[in-house]
Amino acid sequence: MRMSTDHPAVTVVEARALHFRAGASHILRGVDLTVRRGEVVALLGANGSGKSTLVKSLVGINAPTQGEARLLGAPVGSGVDWSRVGYVPQRSGAGGGIPSTAQEVVASGLLHGRRLRLPRGWRERVAAALDQVGLGDRGGDPVHLLSGGQQQRILIARALVREPDLLILDEPVAGVDVASQEAFAATMRRLVDDGLTVLVVLHELGELEPLVTRAVVLGHGKVVHDGAPPRPREDHDRAGHRHQHPHADDNTLGEQARALDLEVRP
Amino acid sequence: MITLMLTDPFMQRALLAALLVGVTAPVVGTYLVQRKLSLLGDGIGHVALTGVALGWLVGVGAGLTPNDALAVPGAVVAAVVGSVLIEVVRRRGRTSGDLALAIMFYGGIAGGVLLIGIAGGSAGNLMQYLFGSISTVSDADLWLTVVLSAVVLTVGVGLRHALFSVSHDEEFAVASGLPVWALNVVVAVVSALTVTVAMRVVGLLLVSALMIVPVAVAQQVTHAFGRTMLTASVVGVVVCVSGLTITYWHNVSPGATIVVLAIAVYAVVSLVAPLLTRGRPAGDPHPDLPDDVDLPAAATERAAAAAKECR
Ligand SMILES: Nc1ncnc2c1ncn2[C@@H]1O[C@H](COP(=O)(O)OP(=O)(O)OP(=O)(O)O)[C@@H](O)[C@H]1O
Ligand SMILES: [Mg+2]
Repeated sequence: MRMSTDHPAVTVVEARALHFRAGASHILRGVDLTVRRGEVVALLGANGSGKSTLVKSLVGINAPTQGEARLLGAPVGSGVDWSRVGYVPQRSGAGGGIPSTAQEVVASGLLHGRRLRLPRGWRERVAAALDQVGLGDRGGDPVHLLSGGQQQRILIARALVREPDLLILDEPVAGVDVASQEAFAATMRRLVDDGLTVLVVLHELGELEPLVTRAVVLGHGKVVHDGAPPRPREDHDRAGHRHQHPHADDNTLGEQARALDLEVRP
Repeated sequence: MITLMLTDPFMQRALLAALLVGVTAPVVGTYLVQRKLSLLGDGIGHVALTGVALGWLVGVGAGLTPNDALAVPGAVVAAVVGSVLIEVVRRRGRTSGDLALAIMFYGGIAGGVLLIGIAGGSAGNLMQYLFGSISTVSDADLWLTVVLSAVVLTVGVGLRHALFSVSHDEEFAVASGLPVWALNVVVAVVSALTVTVAMRVVGLLLVSALMIVPVAVAQQVTHAFGRTMLTASVVGVVVCVSGLTITYWHNVSPGATIVVLAIAVYAVVSLVAPLLTRGRPAGDPHPDLPDDVDLPAAATERAAAAAKECR
């Protein structure tokens, strides 16, 4: 399994003609997506364009109504080597009726597939993951009392603790301060250099911009662009300058720019 | 006096049963509270009543003596079926868990009363199951209690990390490839077994209290999942054993005494806990991070001064 992915062009994430319907609404309308080993693919698109729905279909939360999703060469399901996949959901409304500590939540990231008990040395691994997101001293704190951005970083730690080969991230740095975003980008850089593959949903490339090798833009449940990432803004005055500039030599980018425009206009 | 109580064979059996129930009920209750299904125990309890009556009916039909020889096995079967059914309904998501529970409540009571009538008994025969009858615990009952408690504890404690993961964030558990459906059924079955174990001690109507109130007590004093479970079990054992001891000397219902005691502990702890945690603050709650924006020099100075105040 692991051997085969050492080949550079190996497909790590694959969606073929993926459709997802929820009741009467047709949310994903035939999405094709391929992420190869070592790539960092940004998944962009306006609010409601179907990014989270797609990502959830890839990790098995949503069962596609049509089409197929594969992770690490296996159809999404019990055949996937889940120890190699990390997932950060968009905001977690989760959390039960009983407070739990950051350590307990991050430790749950060590369970996957048929592994139902924590491995030896789990405390050290959890502590290391918390350190990576700068919350090493907060392991004993109840998660519900942490700030929103800190809670988001706990979700990142929960995905990292498994030391995955593939990370699927749904707006991992929404609500996270710039310093922590920089730290996160630095961690990503190190892991990507070690061969990590990333599929990340973003609204702005932000600190991850130098890492992103390709961008896929969703619009109304379809892929409207798959190629070069949009260039960073020339001007950082956000209020007056909302437009993402299309890359000059790619005409599909016009559409992409429109898709991105949707997200900033109310 | 204590030795008198401890040498009484009825009391020995009762104490052992109370001890086991005191440990197991809060362990399972912790998962139910975590899933915001605090009333599930009640729903299962009501369905178990139908099982008791069904067991009775079958026992009468087969000419068994005593008539209620199959009452407890009947309760176990009905409770397991009922709780798995709830899990199926929850998964389908058509009916809300809340409504499904309500239907379980009514169906369970009505079915129980109806069946016991058909079996030639009266609703009065159900009383010992509704309110418990720990003083009549037989050796066979005790063995069943020991075996079922062992199962519940092995699963509830042995799989606690996986069950925590599924209860805390089910979507993440799915995205980790965990066998979520199987783990949910495990929680449902373990809850059902706990209800039937506790049935003899506190009765079906009060079973849920023994699962939930100790957890409510524990929540006042700890903010960690693992410690909540441990504390709740300790509280469960203390109230069960001391409640039963009281009823050895005073002629009151053991089930009711245990539950009232648990609620009294809850009341006292919620009054005392805030005083205990009011001590000195644990240091600066604001992490020392650079700001997202460039501040003018004056603002930076004010920030440094504010940081000093918090230290
Ligand atoms: N289970 C569901 N039932 C009905 N509609 C749904 C369901 N899941 C998603 N939708 C709808 O599908 C659309 C896409 O949702 P999705 O969460 O994938 O958007 P997104 O691209 O992630 O948006 P955002 O940028 O706000 O995170 C939305 O209009 C949403 O309301
Ligand atoms: Mg989303």
